[in-house]
Amino acid sequence: MQGEDYTPRLLPSGEQALTFQISEAVDEGANRRIIALAAALDRAIAAGEIAGVTERVPTYRSLLVRYDPERIRGAALGEALLALHAGLEARAETGRLWRVPVHYGGPAALDLESLAAEKGMTPDELVALHSGAEYRVYMIGFAPGFAYLGGLPGILHAPRLPQPRQLVPAGAIGIGGKQGNINSVAGPSGWRFLGATPVRLFDPRRADPFLLEAGDRVRFEPVDAAAFARLSAEAEAGSALIAPEEAA
Amino acid sequence: MSLTVLSPGPLATVQDAGRGGLRHQGVSAAGPMDAPAMMLANALAGNDPAAAAIEFAGFGGSFRAETDCRIAVTGGRIDLALPGQKGVAGQAYRLRAGEEVRIGAVGGATWGYLAVSGGIAIAPALGSRATHLRSGLGGLDGRALQAGDVLPLGAFDPFDPCLAPAVSAPEDRDGPAEIRVVPGPQDDRFSAATLARFAAEEFTVTPQRDRMAMVLDGPVLAAEGGHDIVSDGTVPGSIQVPGSGRPLVLMAEAQTTGGYPKIATVIGADLPRLAQLPTGSRFRFVPVDRDAAEEIWIDSRRRLRARLEALRPKPEGALSSAYLLSCDLVGGIWPPEEVVWQS
Repeated sequence: MQGEDYTPRLLPSGEQALTFQISEAVDEGANRRIIALAAALDRAIAAGEIAGVTERVPTYRSLLVRYDPERIRGAALGEALLALHAGLEARAETGRLWRVPVHYGGPAALDLESLAAEKGMTPDELVALHSGAEYRVYMIGFAPGFAYLGGLPGILHAPRLPQPRQLVPAGAIGIGGKQGNINSVAGPSGWRFLGATPVRLFDPRRADPFLLEAGDRVRFEPVDAAAFARLSAEAEAGSALIAPEEAA
Repeated sequence: MSLTVLSPGPLATVQDAGRGGLRHQGVSAAGPMDAPAMMLANALAGNDPAAAAIEFAGFGGSFRAETDCRIAVTGGRIDLALPGQKGVAGQAYRLRAGEEVRIGAVGGATWGYLAVSGGIAIAPALGSRATHLRSGLGGLDGRALQAGDVLPLGAFDPFDPCLAPAVSAPEDRDGPAEIRVVPGPQDDRFSAATLARFAAEEFTVTPQRDRMAMVLDGPVLAAEGGHDIVSDGTVPGSIQVPGSGRPLVLMAEAQTTGGYPKIATVIGADLPRLAQLPTGSRFRFVPVDRDAAEEIWIDSRRRLRARLEALRPKPEGALSSAYLLSCDLVGGIWPPEEVVWQS
């Protein structure tokens, strides 16, 4: 990580949050650095070095830190974050790896045929490209457990639909611009969808309601309709279906 | 011990202090639109200020107590129809098992609160009872309340007194509305002229409002370099400016990240006041710097705590002692309202 490329800006987000921003673009290096900063902040809080932080939200390019002004002032928190950022070690963190089963077909494959045609390839070729890449969770946001993925092969980049669909099911696997995603909950979306995973990224009934974290890696593994149905039933019964492989 | 919903007002939901600490998982806190009002309702009913209560928009509706309990309503000027008497917002009343309360329109405000002694004791979801309607999380099955819903109550001491403010402090909601904001985080996407208009001209609260966001009418705010940014974190109070140039203020249930530039953030002390402005209200945004806004927040918390601590037992009449109620004597001798409600 080359810190000199990412000059921090401290932006107030009201009087109970500040945005520690190091880039204005989608940038894997910036994202790695933000996730490392979030981890460093967690360690500093656990060590009792920083008090009064109530939440932190890593995004593509910035870390939103919420705080309680009765316990820490924004100016002091900003100084502490600058010091943590300056002290980040120049090593590439490798996140946990999740192997996510995907059925490229069925009712969630809303755009598989049309997108393949647009790209001048067969659906099988598109699936091979999509499931052959390794993705990185840039950010969890928008809705509970919703994962924004970087690492989509350039040939698969595709603009969003001009008119969002009203209801796309939970688990749908999509493409929006240069990003991939896994829908965590059913809802409206203008992304292009290729299929669905039986894995529920968010299920409040589970002991661990969330699976992915920013910085994790994801690989998609094609499964057929029968396996999808069987796994969906297991997920419905409360199984997470998958566990991460810890980083080496 | 429970409370039955007979006919709820619009958008009636169970809320508590909110589901904190999960924004990094895409889960916003939810919780009340007017936290001080809900904390006051709870305190009046003898609850922890963070207990679960019912929030409603516009008017309250009807509820039946299935156990002897105390209730309190806050949020605006609200009339209550209780057995044998009328009540008002801002003080606690007793309901006996089987009795009903009808809660009227929220006057001069938008969001009202009904707290019941013991608090609403439904099972928490992810550590909170707050309803997040958009993701169907928390509350009663993640949805708004419906007629026939039965809400369990937590434990409470039925002998505790009904509380009211020691001195009736007027609500500081009158006068020209000014909503203070801290500029940023993306104020640099707007020209000096646009920022000046933002701080000088009036905005109007439109009917496009819910627990997620309030859309405002007013000067069109054009961002230089477009209205798309790479998504970053949002908070309640973030003022997003989408391509229409019409700002919208994110509220209790808003998404955790967003891709529109945020011109400013409403300060925590003023966000409940903004939430409570009736539709059609006009107001101005007044910029303050971050350090000053922190002082305002700290002072507002201190004053709120003092207000909650200054509640006193209400005179409930010579024969209205909790002891008599507990012996179930009064019900058989006098109509309860003649005993309980004389002061």
